[in-house]
Amino acid sequence: MARVLINLPESAKRGEVIEIKTLIQHPMETGYRLDSNGAKIPRDIINRFTCTYNGEEVFHAELFPAIAANPFIAFSTLATESGELVFSWADDDGQTQTESRQIVVE
Amino acid sequence: MRSLLAVALALLAAAAMAAEVAPEARRSGYDLASPEVRAMQDDDTANPGMLWVSQGESLWAKRAGAAALSCQDCHGEARTRMKGVAARYPAFDAALGRPIDLEQRINLCRTERQRAESLAWESEELLALTAFVARQSHGLPIAVDDSPELKPFSALGDELFHRREGQLNLSCSQCHDDNWGKRLAGSVIPQGHPSGYPVYRLEWQSLGSLQRRLRNCMTGVRTEPYEYGAPEAVALELYLMERARGMTIETPAVRP
Repeated sequence: MARVLINLPESAKRGEVIEIKTLIQHPMETGYRLDSNGAKIPRDIINRFTCTYNGEEVFHAELFPAIAANPFIAFSTLATESGELVFSWADDDGQTQTESRQIVVE
Repeated sequence: MRSLLAVALALLAAAAMAAEVAPEARRSGYDLASPEVRAMQDDDTANPGMLWVSQGESLWAKRAGAAALSCQDCHGEARTRMKGVAARYPAFDAALGRPIDLEQRINLCRTERQRAESLAWESEELLALTAFVARQSHGLPIAVDDSPELKPFSALGDELFHRREGQLNLSCSQCHDDNWGKRLAGSVIPQGHPSGYPVYRLEWQSLGSLQRRLRNCMTGVRTEPYEYGAPEAVALELYLMERARGMTIETPAVRP
Protein backbone atom coordinates (compact mmCIF):
# COMPACT_ATOMS: atom_id res chain seq x y z
CA MET A 1 0.00 0.00 0.00
CA ALA A 2 1.44 3.31 -1.04
CA ARG A 3 1.34 6.31 1.24
CA VAL A 4 -1.28 8.87 0.35
CA LEU A 5 -1.96 12.43 1.52
CA ILE A 6 -5.39 13.86 0.75
CA ASN A 7 -6.45 17.34 1.72
CA LEU A 8 -10.02 18.54 1.42
CA PRO A 9 -12.28 20.55 3.74
CA GLU A 10 -14.25 18.53 6.30
CA SER A 11 -17.29 20.67 5.68
CA ALA A 12 -18.47 23.13 3.06
CA LYS A 13 -21.50 25.20 2.15
CA ARG A 14 -23.82 23.89 -0.57
CA GLY A 15 -22.71 25.24 -3.95
CA GLU A 16 -19.23 26.16 -2.70
CA VAL A 17 -16.22 25.35 -4.87
CA ILE A 18 -13.85 23.18 -2.84
CA GLU A 19 -10.22 22.46 -3.60
CA ILE A 20 -8.94 18.91 -3.25
CA LYS A 21 -5.25 18.08 -3.14
CA THR A 22 -3.86 14.56 -3.42
CA LEU A 23 -0.34 13.21 -3.20
CA ILE A 24 0.62 9.56 -3.62
CA GLN A 25 3.95 7.78 -3.18
CA HIS A 26 4.85 6.12 -6.47
CA PRO A 27 8.15 5.72 -8.40
CA MET A 28 6.56 6.59 -11.82
CA GLU A 29 9.27 4.56 -13.56
CA THR A 30 9.29 5.72 -17.17
CA GLY A 31 10.43 2.51 -18.85
CA TYR A 32 13.19 4.40 -20.63
CA ARG A 33 15.86 4.10 -17.96
CA LEU A 34 18.55 1.43 -17.72
CA ASP A 35 19.79 -0.11 -14.49
CA SER A 36 23.48 -0.41 -13.53
CA ASN A 37 23.80 -3.59 -15.65
CA GLY A 38 22.37 -1.91 -18.73
CA ALA A 39 19.05 -3.77 -18.55
CA LYS A 40 15.88 -1.83 -19.17
CA ILE A 41 13.90 -0.97 -16.03
CA PRO A 42 10.30 -1.90 -16.86
CA ARG A 43 7.76 0.88 -17.03
CA ASP A 44 5.69 1.26 -13.87
CA ILE A 45 3.51 4.33 -13.68
CA ILE A 46 0.12 5.30 -12.36
CA ASN A 47 -1.83 5.68 -15.58
CA ARG A 48 -5.21 6.81 -14.31
CA PHE A 49 -6.56 8.77 -11.36
CA THR A 50 -10.27 9.04 -10.65
CA CYS A 51 -12.34 10.85 -8.06
CA THR A 52 -16.01 10.05 -7.49
CA TYR A 53 -18.38 12.02 -5.30
CA ASN A 54 -21.28 9.92 -4.00
CA GLY A 55 -20.70 7.52 -6.88
CA GLU A 56 -20.55 10.17 -9.59
CA GLU A 57 -17.24 10.80 -11.32
CA VAL A 58 -16.23 14.42 -10.78
CA PHE A 59 -12.63 14.29 -11.96
CA HIS A 60 -10.26 11.96 -13.75
CA ALA A 61 -6.76 12.30 -15.10
CA GLU A 62 -4.64 10.21 -17.44
CA LEU A 63 -0.98 10.09 -16.49
CA PHE A 64 1.99 9.54 -18.77
CA PRO A 65 5.69 8.59 -18.35
CA ALA A 66 6.93 12.19 -18.20
CA ILE A 67 5.12 12.81 -14.93
CA ALA A 68 7.45 12.93 -11.92
CA ALA A 69 7.52 10.42 -9.07
CA ASN A 70 5.01 10.89 -6.23
CA PRO A 71 2.41 12.64 -8.41
CA PHE A 72 0.56 15.56 -6.85
CA ILE A 73 -2.89 16.23 -8.29
CA ALA A 74 -5.02 19.20 -7.22
CA PHE A 75 -8.48 19.94 -8.59
CA SER A 76 -11.73 21.52 -7.52
CA THR A 77 -15.35 20.44 -7.44
CA LEU A 78 -18.71 21.78 -6.35
CA ALA A 79 -19.93 20.82 -2.88
CA THR A 80 -23.42 19.46 -3.62
CA GLU A 81 -24.38 17.18 -0.73
CA SER A 82 -22.88 15.43 2.28
CA GLY A 83 -21.27 12.14 1.46
CA GLU A 84 -18.19 10.31 0.41
CA LEU A 85 -15.41 11.14 -2.03
CA VAL A 86 -13.53 8.12 -3.35
CA PHE A 87 -10.09 8.51 -4.87
CA SER A 88 -8.45 5.77 -6.90
CA TRP A 89 -5.10 5.43 -8.58
CA ALA A 90 -4.56 2.63 -11.12
CA ASP A 91 -1.05 1.61 -12.15
CA ASP A 92 0.54 -0.44 -14.95
CA ASP A 93 0.64 -3.58 -12.80
CA GLY A 94 -3.14 -3.50 -12.73
CA GLN A 95 -3.14 -2.55 -9.06
CA THR A 96 -5.60 0.03 -7.85
CA GLN A 97 -5.33 1.95 -4.64
CA THR A 98 -8.52 3.42 -3.27
CA GLU A 99 -9.00 5.92 -0.46
CA SER A 100 -12.14 7.67 0.70
CA ARG A 101 -12.95 10.80 2.68
CA GLN A 102 -16.20 12.15 4.09
CA ILE A 103 -17.50 15.65 3.58
CA VAL A 104 -20.36 17.42 5.36
CA VAL A 105 -22.30 19.90 3.23
CA GLU A 106 -24.61 22.34 4.99
CA MET B 1 54.15 50.99 -8.23
CA ARG B 2 50.81 50.75 -9.91
CA SER B 3 51.27 47.04 -10.56
CA LEU B 4 52.29 46.50 -6.93
CA LEU B 5 49.11 48.24 -5.85
CA ALA B 6 47.09 46.05 -8.20
CA VAL B 7 48.68 42.94 -6.71
CA ALA B 8 47.99 44.19 -3.19
CA LEU B 9 44.38 44.91 -4.11
CA ALA B 10 44.01 41.49 -5.71
CA LEU B 11 45.40 39.87 -2.56
CA LEU B 12 43.03 41.87 -0.41
CA ALA B 13 40.14 40.84 -2.64
CA ALA B 14 41.22 37.19 -2.40
CA ALA B 15 41.35 37.44 1.39
CA ALA B 16 37.89 38.99 1.43
CA MET B 17 36.57 36.21 -0.86
CA ALA B 18 37.73 33.49 1.47
CA ALA B 19 35.74 34.95 4.36
CA GLU B 20 33.01 32.84 5.83
CA VAL B 21 29.36 33.79 5.50
CA ALA B 22 28.56 36.28 8.27
CA PRO B 23 25.80 35.14 10.67
CA GLU B 24 23.39 37.85 9.51
CA ALA B 25 24.07 37.04 5.84
CA ARG B 26 23.19 33.35 6.24
CA ARG B 27 20.43 32.12 3.94
CA SER B 28 18.72 28.78 3.89
CA GLY B 29 18.38 27.06 0.52
CA TYR B 30 14.68 27.85 0.98
CA ASP B 31 15.36 31.57 0.51
CA LEU B 32 17.18 30.92 -2.75
CA ALA B 33 14.58 28.49 -4.13
CA SER B 34 11.86 29.50 -6.61
CA PRO B 35 8.42 30.55 -5.29
CA GLU B 36 6.97 27.27 -6.63
CA VAL B 37 9.46 25.15 -4.70
CA ARG B 38 8.88 27.24 -1.57
CA ALA B 39 5.11 26.82 -1.91
CA MET B 40 5.59 23.07 -2.18
CA GLN B 41 7.60 22.99 1.05
CA ASP B 42 5.19 25.27 2.93
CA ASP B 43 2.07 23.21 2.25
CA ASP B 44 2.20 19.96 4.22
CA THR B 45 -0.27 18.37 1.83
CA ALA B 46 1.83 19.27 -1.24
CA ASN B 47 5.22 18.50 0.30
CA PRO B 48 6.16 14.98 -0.85
CA GLY B 49 8.56 14.70 2.10
CA MET B 50 5.49 14.37 4.31
CA LEU B 51 4.85 10.93 2.76
CA TRP B 52 8.05 9.71 4.41
CA VAL B 53 7.20 11.51 7.66
CA SER B 54 3.88 9.69 7.81
CA GLN B 55 5.61 6.38 7.02
CA GLY B 56 8.09 7.14 9.81
CA GLU B 57 5.23 7.74 12.21
CA SER B 58 3.94 4.21 11.69
CA LEU B 59 7.46 2.73 11.88
CA TRP B 60 7.98 4.56 15.20
CA ALA B 61 5.18 2.51 16.76
CA LYS B 62 6.03 -0.76 15.02
CA ARG B 63 7.80 -3.45 17.05
CA ALA B 64 10.95 -4.85 15.47
CA GLY B 65 13.83 -7.24 16.14
CA ALA B 66 14.44 -10.06 18.61
CA ALA B 67 13.61 -7.72 21.50
CA ALA B 68 10.20 -6.98 19.93
CA LEU B 69 10.44 -3.33 20.93
CA SER B 70 9.21 -0.30 19.04
CA CYS B 71 10.84 3.12 19.23
CA GLN B 72 7.77 4.22 21.14
CA ASP B 73 8.16 1.47 23.79
CA CYS B 74 11.39 3.09 25.00
CA HIS B 75 11.04 6.73 23.98
CA GLY B 76 7.31 7.31 24.34
CA GLU B 77 5.51 10.01 22.45
CA ALA B 78 7.72 11.31 19.64
CA ARG B 79 5.98 14.69 19.54
CA THR B 80 7.36 15.58 22.97
CA ARG B 81 10.29 13.23 23.46
CA MET B 82 11.93 13.76 20.07
CA LYS B 83 11.42 17.51 20.04
CA GLY B 84 14.76 19.24 19.47
CA VAL B 85 16.72 16.00 19.06
CA ALA B 86 17.55 16.48 15.37
CA ALA B 87 18.69 20.05 16.14
CA ARG B 88 21.44 18.58 18.36
CA TYR B 89 22.81 15.95 15.96
CA PRO B 90 25.52 14.82 15.11
CA ALA B 91 26.09 14.16 18.83
CA PHE B 92 29.00 12.57 20.69
CA ASP B 93 28.66 8.86 21.39
CA ALA B 94 30.73 7.97 24.44
CA ALA B 95 30.93 4.25 23.60
CA LEU B 96 32.28 4.89 20.10
CA GLY B 97 34.34 7.92 21.18
CA ARG B 98 33.17 9.91 18.14
CA PRO B 99 30.12 11.82 16.94
CA ILE B 100 27.31 10.00 15.18
CA ASP B 101 24.53 11.45 13.07
CA LEU B 102 20.79 10.85 13.42
CA GLU B 103 20.74 7.96 10.93
CA GLN B 104 23.54 6.22 12.83
CA ARG B 105 21.75 6.86 16.14
CA ILE B 106 18.60 5.21 14.79
CA ASN B 107 20.59 2.23 13.56
CA LEU B 108 22.40 1.88 16.90
CA CYS B 109 19.00 1.77 18.59
CA ARG B 110 17.96 -0.91 16.13
CA THR B 111 20.98 -3.15 16.60
CA GLU B 112 21.52 -2.63 20.34
CA ARG B 113 18.04 -2.12 21.77
CA GLN B 114 15.67 -3.74 19.29
CA ARG B 115 18.26 -6.34 18.28
CA ALA B 116 17.15 -5.95 14.70
CA GLU B 117 19.10 -5.65 11.44
CA SER B 118 20.42 -2.16 10.87
CA LEU B 119 18.67 -0.29 8.09
CA ALA B 120 20.56 0.39 4.87
CA TRP B 121 21.55 3.98 4.09
CA GLU B 122 18.97 5.71 1.88
CA SER B 123 16.47 2.88 2.44
CA GLU B 124 12.87 4.01 2.62
CA GLU B 125 12.65 2.92 6.27
CA LEU B 126 15.75 4.77 7.45
CA LEU B 127 14.77 7.93 5.56
CA ALA B 128 11.23 7.68 6.92
CA LEU B 129 12.33 7.27 10.55
CA THR B 130 14.94 10.02 10.26
CA ALA B 131 12.43 12.37 8.62
CA PHE B 132 9.83 11.62 11.30
CA VAL B 133 12.28 12.25 14.15
CA ALA B 134 13.69 15.39 12.50
CA ARG B 135 10.18 16.68 11.81
CA GLN B 136 9.64 16.91 15.57
CA SER B 137 12.28 19.69 15.60
CA HIS B 138 10.55 21.62 12.80
CA GLY B 139 10.82 25.36 13.53
CA LEU B 140 13.45 24.97 16.26
CA PRO B 141 16.92 26.52 15.99
CA ILE B 142 19.91 24.32 15.21
CA ALA B 143 21.70 23.86 18.55
CA VAL B 144 24.45 21.31 18.05
CA ASP B 145 26.38 20.43 21.20
CA ASP B 146 29.54 22.51 21.73
CA SER B 147 31.14 20.30 24.35
CA PRO B 148 34.95 20.01 24.23
CA GLU B 149 34.97 16.34 23.15
CA LEU B 150 33.31 17.36 19.86
CA LYS B 151 35.83 20.13 19.11
CA PRO B 152 38.43 17.97 17.31
CA PHE B 153 35.71 16.54 15.09
CA SER B 154 34.18 19.85 14.10
CA ALA B 155 37.74 21.11 13.51
CA LEU B 156 38.26 18.17 11.15
CA GLY B 157 34.98 19.05 9.40
CA ASP B 158 36.13 22.66 9.13
CA GLU B 159 39.39 21.52 7.54
CA LEU B 160 37.60 19.20 5.09
CA PHE B 161 35.19 22.00 4.15
CA HIS B 162 38.10 24.22 3.20
CA ARG B 163 40.29 21.57 1.59
CA ARG B 164 40.54 21.58 -2.21
CA GLU B 165 39.72 18.18 -3.65
CA GLY B 166 39.17 16.24 -6.83
CA GLN B 167 39.99 16.79 -10.48
CA LEU B 168 38.33 20.19 -10.33
CA ASN B 169 40.47 21.07 -7.31
CA LEU B 170 37.63 22.80 -5.48
CA SER B 171 36.80 23.05 -1.80
CA CYS B 172 33.23 23.20 -0.44
CA SER B 173 34.03 26.71 0.74
CA GLN B 174 34.87 28.02 -2.73
CA CYS B 175 31.29 27.44 -3.86
CA HIS B 176 29.29 27.74 -0.65
CA ASP B 177 31.16 30.61 1.07
CA ASP B 178 32.61 32.55 -1.86
CA ASN B 179 30.09 32.09 -4.67
CA TRP B 180 26.71 31.40 -3.14
CA GLY B 181 23.81 33.07 -4.90
CA LYS B 182 25.55 32.76 -8.27
CA ARG B 183 24.72 30.04 -10.74
CA LEU B 184 26.38 26.76 -11.48
CA ALA B 185 24.87 25.99 -14.90
CA GLY B 186 21.14 26.53 -14.29
CA SER B 187 21.17 26.06 -10.53
CA VAL B 188 21.64 28.66 -7.83
CA ILE B 189 24.54 27.82 -5.52
CA PRO B 190 23.21 27.71 -1.95
CA GLN B 191 25.26 28.39 1.17
CA GLY B 192 25.08 24.73 2.04
CA HIS B 193 23.22 24.80 5.34
CA PRO B 194 21.89 21.42 6.49
CA SER B 195 18.65 22.84 7.88
CA GLY B 196 16.08 20.67 6.12
CA TYR B 197 17.43 17.12 6.04
CA PRO B 198 16.33 14.56 5.06
CA VAL B 199 15.38 16.70 2.08
CA TYR B 200 13.02 16.05 -0.83
CA ARG B 201 15.02 16.91 -3.91
CA LEU B 202 13.10 17.30 -7.14
CA GLU B 203 16.18 16.11 -9.02
CA TRP B 204 16.18 12.86 -7.01
CA GLN B 205 12.39 12.57 -7.08
CA SER B 206 12.85 11.22 -3.60
CA LEU B 207 13.84 12.02 -0.08
CA GLY B 208 17.58 11.84 0.61
CA SER B 209 20.01 12.22 3.50
CA LEU B 210 22.64 14.90 4.06
CA GLN B 211 25.30 12.28 3.36
CA ARG B 212 23.76 11.60 -0.05
CA ARG B 213 23.88 15.33 -0.72
CA LEU B 214 27.55 15.50 0.32
CA ARG B 215 28.40 12.55 -1.90
CA ASN B 216 26.67 14.32 -4.80
CA CYS B 217 28.86 17.40 -4.34
CA MET B 218 31.98 15.26 -4.08
CA THR B 219 31.14 13.44 -7.29
CA GLY B 220 30.54 16.89 -8.79
CA VAL B 221 34.10 18.02 -8.08
CA ARG B 222 35.27 14.57 -9.22
CA THR B 223 36.73 13.32 -6.00
CA GLU B 224 36.14 9.96 -4.36
CA PRO B 225 33.03 10.37 -2.18
CA TYR B 226 33.18 9.24 1.46
CA GLU B 227 31.43 5.97 2.20
CA TYR B 228 28.04 6.37 3.85
CA GLY B 229 28.63 6.78 7.58
CA ALA B 230 32.37 7.45 7.22
CA PRO B 231 33.78 9.45 10.18
CA GLU B 232 34.89 12.20 7.73
CA ALA B 233 31.33 12.55 6.42
CA VAL B 234 29.98 12.84 9.98
CA ALA B 235 32.69 15.40 10.85
CA LEU B 236 31.62 17.43 7.83
CA GLU B 237 27.97 17.16 8.89
CA LEU B 238 28.96 18.33 12.37
CA TYR B 239 30.86 21.32 11.01
CA LEU B 240 27.92 22.24 8.75
CA MET B 241 25.51 22.11 11.70
CA GLU B 242 27.95 24.23 13.72
CA ARG B 243 28.12 26.69 10.82
CA ALA B 244 24.31 26.82 10.67
CA ARG B 245 23.86 27.18 14.45
CA GLY B 246 20.67 29.11 15.23
CA MET B 247 19.10 28.57 11.79
CA THR B 248 15.65 26.99 11.73
CA ILE B 249 15.04 23.27 11.13
CA GLU B 250 12.77 22.88 8.08
CA THR B 251 12.54 19.10 7.74
CA PRO B 252 11.33 17.87 5.33
CA ALA B 253 12.59 20.66 3.09
CA VAL B 254 11.99 20.69 -0.66
CA ARG B 255 14.86 21.63 -2.94
CA PRO B 256 15.19 21.78 -6.74
